[in-house]
Amino acid sequence: MATVTNTIRRPATAAWLSVLAALSFLLVALSVVLIFLYAPRDVAQGEVQRLFYLHLPTAWLSYLSFFIIFVSSILYLVRRHARWDRLARSAAELGFIFTTLVLLTGSIWGRPIWGTWWTWDARLTTTLVLWFIYLGYFLLRAYVADPERGARYAAVLGIVGFVDIPIIHMSVRWWRTLHPQPIVVRSEGPAMPPEMLVTVIVTLVAFCILHVFLLAVKYRIETTRDEVIELRGALEQHG
Amino acid sequence: MSAWSQFTAIVKRDLLLEWRARELVLGMLVMTLLTLLVFNFAFDLSGVQRAASGSGALWVAIVFATLLGWGRAVALDRQEGAWEGLLLSPVERPVIFIAKLVSMLVFVTIVELVALLVLAVLFALPVLQPGVLAVVGLGTLGLCTLGTLFAAMTANVRSREVLLPALLFPLAVPVVIGAVRATTLELNGFTGDAAPWQNLLGGFAALFFALGALTFGSVTEE
Repeated sequence: MATVTNTIRRPATAAWLSVLAALSFLLVALSVVLIFLYAPRDVAQGEVQRLFYLHLPTAWLSYLSFFIIFVSSILYLVRRHARWDRLARSAAELGFIFTTLVLLTGSIWGRPIWGTWWTWDARLTTTLVLWFIYLGYFLLRAYVADPERGARYAAVLGIVGFVDIPIIHMSVRWWRTLHPQPIVVRSEGPAMPPEMLVTVIVTLVAFCILHVFLLAVKYRIETTRDEVIELRGALEQHG
Repeated sequence: MSAWSQFTAIVKRDLLLEWRARELVLGMLVMTLLTLLVFNFAFDLSGVQRAASGSGALWVAIVFATLLGWGRAVALDRQEGAWEGLLLSPVERPVIFIAKLVSMLVFVTIVELVALLVLAVLFALPVLQPGVLAVVGLGTLGLCTLGTLFAAMTANVRSREVLLPALLFPLAVPVVIGAVRATTLELNGFTGDAAPWQNLLGGFAALFFALGALTFGSVTEE
């Protein structure tokens, strides 16, 4: 007979989470100020270049999220503790959102600069494939009925996917450079003036902290969700 | 039973069943030939640039045929609880992985040989040379190692037809890029240029063979 051995976590927010929330809010607000008021207008690209300050951190974080999935997946397969699967799930959701943002901001930025919404250069293509891998990850979780099995399969996909990403990048880069393209795409201009560099760094830090905060919140939601499912199951058994 | 005899037993079983029913290879074959036919209308497979279009058509046909093959193979295995029976038997998981991989490789190779003949005859492409055959072999190996792993994952899933491609396509991007590029180069006679792509394909196949064999156990714990 199953007994509910977990105590239900109280809904009060932990202190560190509130601190993290406040910190990310402040830092992101600071970055917005820096992006629009402090950073100089780019000579060549104009105001639209400011999208770069959003584009860089989201790109970084989309790949970092997959790294978190990779590590959690290995830990889940080795330790089989639900917390690693929860972390992987949470990181996947965040990573997918960030990858979508990278593609969107890049596309919007690229349109006035390159004259096109999209180009099949190495980095864009790899990010697009990464987006599809995330999508596959969610489809896998959605379609597999048994949650434990879904967690295992997703963990394997997380590992295989992460190992594949550098290979994808390499193959796409060769694809593009062994047959040189007439347009050379550069997403950064020449060396950045210090104001821009400061803005980049602050925004990057702000988004990293925001990422950690969102990940923590999502993780707690997933924990509660799992507890609810467990309780519901126990109720049905006793019921 | 030793691992070798377990392996041969599984492969023999798959081949024997297929020999009796012949639906898997025939289905894949029809799919491949129709794809090549449609590609002929979609792209210029008879003109001067036909090496590039031809290799693209070939690999799209191979990918679709492989997906179809895996879908059918998994469905066939699920009949009569054969898959569960195999998992319950005291066979090491990596052995099952390799055996399933080899069976599928046999089927896909048969289909590919016919496809290559069709390309050679109907589209006048010099496909029957060792360089092209090596690329086809390596690319197929890479596709099938991933396919074996994901087919096991999607064995008990409702929407297998959607999920298997959704998992396989993004991860098989290096194989498709490498295989198409290398085949085009080989067809055009630039064997030296094709070498890095062949190394990529070989490395990919080796890496995901190892990774697949390692993780197959986690996928098939029932």
